[in-house]
Amino acid sequence: MTEHQKDRFATGVIYFLVGIVVILLAGILGNILINGLPHLSWHFLTSESSDFQAGGGVRDQLFNSVYLLILTTIISLPIALGAAIYLSEYARDNWITHLIRSTIEILSSLPSIVVGLFGYLLFVVQFGFGFSILSGALALTFFNLPILTSNIEESLKGVSATQREAGLALGLSNWKTIRGIVVPAALPGIITGVVLSGGRIFGEAATLIYTAGQSGSLVDYHNWNPLSPTSFLNVMRPAETLAVHIWKVNTEGIISDATAVSAATGALLVLVVIIFNLSARYFGNKLYQKLTAAK
Amino acid sequence: MENLSPAFITTFEASERALTTEHLDVLYGGTIQKLFDTSLQFKRNSITALIGASGSGKSTFLRSLNRMNDTVATVNGKIMFHGLNVNQANINVYELRKSIGMVFQKPNPFPKSIYDNITYALRADGEKNQQKLATIVEESLRAAALWDEVKDKLNQSALALSGGQQQRLCIARALALRPEIILLDEPASALDPVSTSKLEDTLKQLREKYTMVMVTHNMQQAARISDYTAFFHLGHAIEYDTTTNIFTNPQGAITEAYIQGSFG
Ligand SMILES: Nc1ncnc2c1ncn2[C@@H]1O[C@H](COP(=O)(O)OP(=O)(O)OP(=O)(O)O)[C@@H](O)[C@H]1O
Ligand SMILES: [Mg+2]
Repeated sequence: MTEHQKDRFATGVIYFLVGIVVILLAGILGNILINGLPHLSWHFLTSESSDFQAGGGVRDQLFNSVYLLILTTIISLPIALGAAIYLSEYARDNWITHLIRSTIEILSSLPSIVVGLFGYLLFVVQFGFGFSILSGALALTFFNLPILTSNIEESLKGVSATQREAGLALGLSNWKTIRGIVVPAALPGIITGVVLSGGRIFGEAATLIYTAGQSGSLVDYHNWNPLSPTSFLNVMRPAETLAVHIWKVNTEGIISDATAVSAATGALLVLVVIIFNLSARYFGNKLYQKLTAAK
Repeated sequence: MENLSPAFITTFEASERALTTEHLDVLYGGTIQKLFDTSLQFKRNSITALIGASGSGKSTFLRSLNRMNDTVATVNGKIMFHGLNVNQANINVYELRKSIGMVFQKPNPFPKSIYDNITYALRADGEKNQQKLATIVEESLRAAALWDEVKDKLNQSALALSGGQQQRLCIARALALRPEIILLDEPASALDPVSTSKLEDTLKQLREKYTMVMVTHNMQQAARISDYTAFFHLGHAIEYDTTTNIFTNPQGAITEAYIQGSFG
């Protein structure tokens, strides 16, 4: 083969490989949407799920998923940000730091079912939170923290050292340099980290089966008192999410339209993740533009 | 072994000195010595060029002056500023760095608007008066000879400026803190010839109010704009004199060899 032929051959192979990836992804996505979308209806989105008959919806599951995502992000983002700032800006290069990094790496590949069982033992049983949104959010925080922390750490490290020098040379303290210059400059990467972990949280089932529980309790969307047991905001109530619902309908469910319900729920899950992704990027970019005057 | 003892080091009256180092040693990691026994006096309202081959310790010396080496090196010896040795643990380095500003080799504006680049440090320091901030922005940009080019786009990102403009913005940013001394580490090495000559004009104008110490690899540049020149070799200050003397009548054999381009 001549150089030219080799080059064309290699290029061909690369196109072929990327083609496989694209076809696979498009196939999965298309399959989920084609099977699910026809079953998605306003009625499906706004009515309660049913345990016995056909025709139930996923109103509560949808709300629970979003609520858990928000709660988990509120709990894990500040912790992850703090830990990432420590690791990237303050930690010395010694064995303690190495230990912390290895621990984070190991934890980030922990199977979610293990996190679920751990959450069950600690939050549900030991702390007595029971099967609840709180237990679920805490377990998801465990699940989420390692990856979120290393994502944020990576994006902080991506900010050029000359930026930190510039801040220090202006008489800014380390902290002011980090807060005012490094973190804003790393914002796009941080947002990507939040978006990715949001997708993972949203699709997570195994962790939640043992912590947030399955049975959707009676929820009153007009009761704004978070302390009331029937309020939709109450964090002590058990809550089934969309992903758990899919699992349940397909394993324990006895409804006759199980296939349709799980297909529709799957499509809904994908749609919500896409919406979350786009809107997080939109607002993140707005914030970034505000902080950096970037266009 | 070459003779690394100083060939000639000029001195100034106490009243003329803006900054003085006495027996400055810098040891990276506390053990690897890269600067030896350097005692130089910098004259007020003048530009001093630091020249020497790559690795001769110019940046090492310069970065010690505003304590930017604190985290990576041990710096022994005195740095006298207003009669005070500022190379001591109890000195507030944040305040010191406002008086001794620094401009780096590669322009490093913040990814913020031009306006915020200049005001960020002031605001972080608690300055809230918008009127005052606006005045300082204009003054600093004028002093850095950038005002006319950017006055209509103060709210645009500094990253959209050209490299030369960015570097002058970095100077303006340092000026906003009202420093007395400005340290510059090869400020023009990333710039094209036109931007370089603009930058040089700016520095010459700033001499009226500020004392500048500038590392440069460009001999012509040192000859063009500096009043005094210090030659570094292997971590030693070999010769320090008026720029004219250094370039036309160097005392040290190594200085002469370097000026003539024999090495470096
Ligand atoms: N942070 C550091 N840690 C350890 N050694 C360093 C560090 N910075 C510089 N050095 C070493 O100190 C010596 C002097 O370096 P310095 O950067 O001061 O040289 P320079 O004269 O500025 O050179 P150049 O013209 O290439 O910028 C070199 O041997 C360099 O490798
Ligand atoms: Mg240097």
